[in-house]
Amino acid sequence: MKTTNIMIVGVGGQGSLLASKLLGSLLLDEGYDVKVSEVHGMSQRGGSVVTYVKFGEKVYSPIITEGEADYILSFEKLEAARWAACLKKDGKIIVNTQQIDPMPVLIGTAAYPETVLDELTAKGVDVDAVDALSIATAAGSAKAVNIVLLARLAKLLDIPYEKWLAAIEKNVKPRFVDLNKAAFEMSYQK
Amino acid sequence: MKKLMIGNEAVARGLYEGGLALVSSYPGTPSTEITEFLATYEGLHSEWAPNEKVAAEVAFGASLGGVRAACAMKHVGLNVAADPLFTLSYTGVTGGLVICVADDPAMHSSQNEQDSRHYAIAAKVPMLEPADSAEALTFARDAFQLSEQFDTPVLLRVCTRVAHSQSVVETGERTEVPAKPYQKDAAKYVMMPANAKKRHPVVEARTKALSEYAETCPYNRVEMGGTKIGIITAGTCYQYVKEVFGDTVSVLKIGMPYPLPRQLFRDFAAKVDKLYVIEELDGIIEQHCRDLGLEVVGKEMFSPIGEYSQASIAAAFGLSAAPSVTVDAPLPARPPMMCAGCPHRGLFYTLAKNKITTIGDIGCYTLGAVPPLSTVDSTLCMGASVSGLHGFNLAGGKAASGKTVAVIGDSTFMHSGMTGLVNIAYNASNSTVIILDNSITGMTGHQQNPTTGYNIKGDPAAKVDLEALCRALGIGRVRVVDPYDLAACEQAVLEELAAEEPSVIISRRPCVLLKSVKTAPPLTVAEDKCKKCKKCASLGCPAISIKGGKATIDKTLCVGCEVCVSLCKFGAIGKEGEV
Repeated sequence: MKTTNIMIVGVGGQGSLLASKLLGSLLLDEGYDVKVSEVHGMSQRGGSVVTYVKFGEKVYSPIITEGEADYILSFEKLEAARWAACLKKDGKIIVNTQQIDPMPVLIGTAAYPETVLDELTAKGVDVDAVDALSIATAAGSAKAVNIVLLARLAKLLDIPYEKWLAAIEKNVKPRFVDLNKAAFEMSYQK
Repeated sequence: MKKLMIGNEAVARGLYEGGLALVSSYPGTPSTEITEFLATYEGLHSEWAPNEKVAAEVAFGASLGGVRAACAMKHVGLNVAADPLFTLSYTGVTGGLVICVADDPAMHSSQNEQDSRHYAIAAKVPMLEPADSAEALTFARDAFQLSEQFDTPVLLRVCTRVAHSQSVVETGERTEVPAKPYQKDAAKYVMMPANAKKRHPVVEARTKALSEYAETCPYNRVEMGGTKIGIITAGTCYQYVKEVFGDTVSVLKIGMPYPLPRQLFRDFAAKVDKLYVIEELDGIIEQHCRDLGLEVVGKEMFSPIGEYSQASIAAAFGLSAAPSVTVDAPLPARPPMMCAGCPHRGLFYTLAKNKITTIGDIGCYTLGAVPPLSTVDSTLCMGASVSGLHGFNLAGGKAASGKTVAVIGDSTFMHSGMTGLVNIAYNASNSTVIILDNSITGMTGHQQNPTTGYNIKGDPAAKVDLEALCRALGIGRVRVVDPYDLAACEQAVLEELAAEEPSVIISRRPCVLLKSVKTAPPLTVAEDKCKKCKKCASLGCPAISIKGGKATIDKTLCVGCEVCVSLCKFGAIGKEGEV
């Protein structure tokens, strides 16, 4: 059985660690060998961050390199483009259409590449652009963006719907479970 | 029970299962979580020490007292703890002693990428190096046994990709190890020349015995596959090698990088046509091969710089990379930066505005070096701001001391800034030191320290009074400012630089990310009042951006600190509904 490679990318502080924690725990329960590589320390302070999640019968390397990712889950538009080179030829990018300006854009020394998702699509990349912030807000909290994006991934993986809901119950603080389940359902149905 | 754990959690679990009674550490990425996870276990003492030297010496004392002990630190922390390490090699241990050290190839969060294996060689102590979390657990657990059997401290090395990667572990039960009763043994533990001279031969004999042990120890293993290529590798590189080659090559996987076996190497080399060594950073295993007269390919093919990956190893062997898409649009970099509402920002803005030379230190505030503030002039190591400032001012005289400061965080000041401050007072340079007191160890993820009033478990603890401490160290001028108050910051900095004696400014406000900090509602910009001067953007706040020449504030990021409000001459920034 081949290894499936998932990258979760975004901006430090966006909550990608919960997404990888939930995914890792779910895949382990499904009986796979799993590796999850995280980022801690300085780059977490508003920098570009990446988490690798790999699962299969036997996983060796904890990281994902050029042309290897089956799926890229991006919390932000520019970050999807930054890591696109890691995508497999027939891979898929799930991207939150939110735009977070990096410092060179904030201080006016660089422009934000507004049309970068169009460029990816034009190059034949399968892009699932989701306004995750709106769905999360509608479900009750902007912080549920991670669950909204996971729900889009859930549609592509061979894991039953109920197992995802169970994983939310297991990994999310009790008082946020209902909210996150709602966000998951809204995003999955969309 | 099967669980997913990062390498650091697995190290903690292994130490716990191995009967650890005490851990003392100073935080440092990528080592911090080892001690944080240990603090969650009952039945052992855990603590944050002010620095790695203290931590290692506390662990030494516990071992002397008869229990199993450990400390954990990042690679540069081992430089600080090197003094006790080298002589611990001579004294040996009573209770097992494990020194965990986390290297950071590629410098994800570090100022250099030194290779800690050199310390094992130089101090002549055995080192273990796991390649995933399962090994991290068993190596940490069994390291105590190794330590006690050979009467030596044991170094346990992890690198970032092991420390911060989750993989599957099988947890076991804790072995309760009774404390050995204390017995005075001056010949073993009092390292004055007469005794130390007798201990050095013991160290040499031990290293010889460990080299023999390395031939058959469970940490090194041979995995025979195809014999055209033989690869000797260790740590995370083993995973990359297996990912690229699977069973098509033969592998000698090293789990104990010091001391290395001789016969095992020769036997492996004899079974393969061509021998390669794949190890990150320095060519230490490669040099061992050369010392044995083995023909080997190493650093001429694999860089001593940065991290490896399956892709870099495949490329070195001329294997073609997977096809991938590249974006033509120029992509702006996204470097880390100080958070919205970071209390350091107001102080750094003041320094930038007045073109003050800033001798920096290690912590979140190193980010004061990045645009647009670009204030920091140097960052060397923990504590070097304070002592470096003294030297800089003596070299430059009045011209330097009137426009140069040191900036150092509260935790870093406790670590090794205090001694530099004593030196400023004692050797009388007219220096101004700014302590950025955000009431937490920030960069490593919010650890308590002696200035916060809480211990590692979050329980109330003795709290260092920074003002009183600075005065006690011999500084007459000590004042406190709120870094959100730009006018007060500027007045304090200019007055203390002008003063004819050493001084300390404590810039005090808790880290905005602390749960105890209540933030204000986001601010907004009155578009009609904004005159496009972009003054607010010069703060480098991630919540403020310029759209069509005018400032806008991102409501999801702004915490209402109002530093930008005091900067806007046109009164264009304020609370929603009030501006």
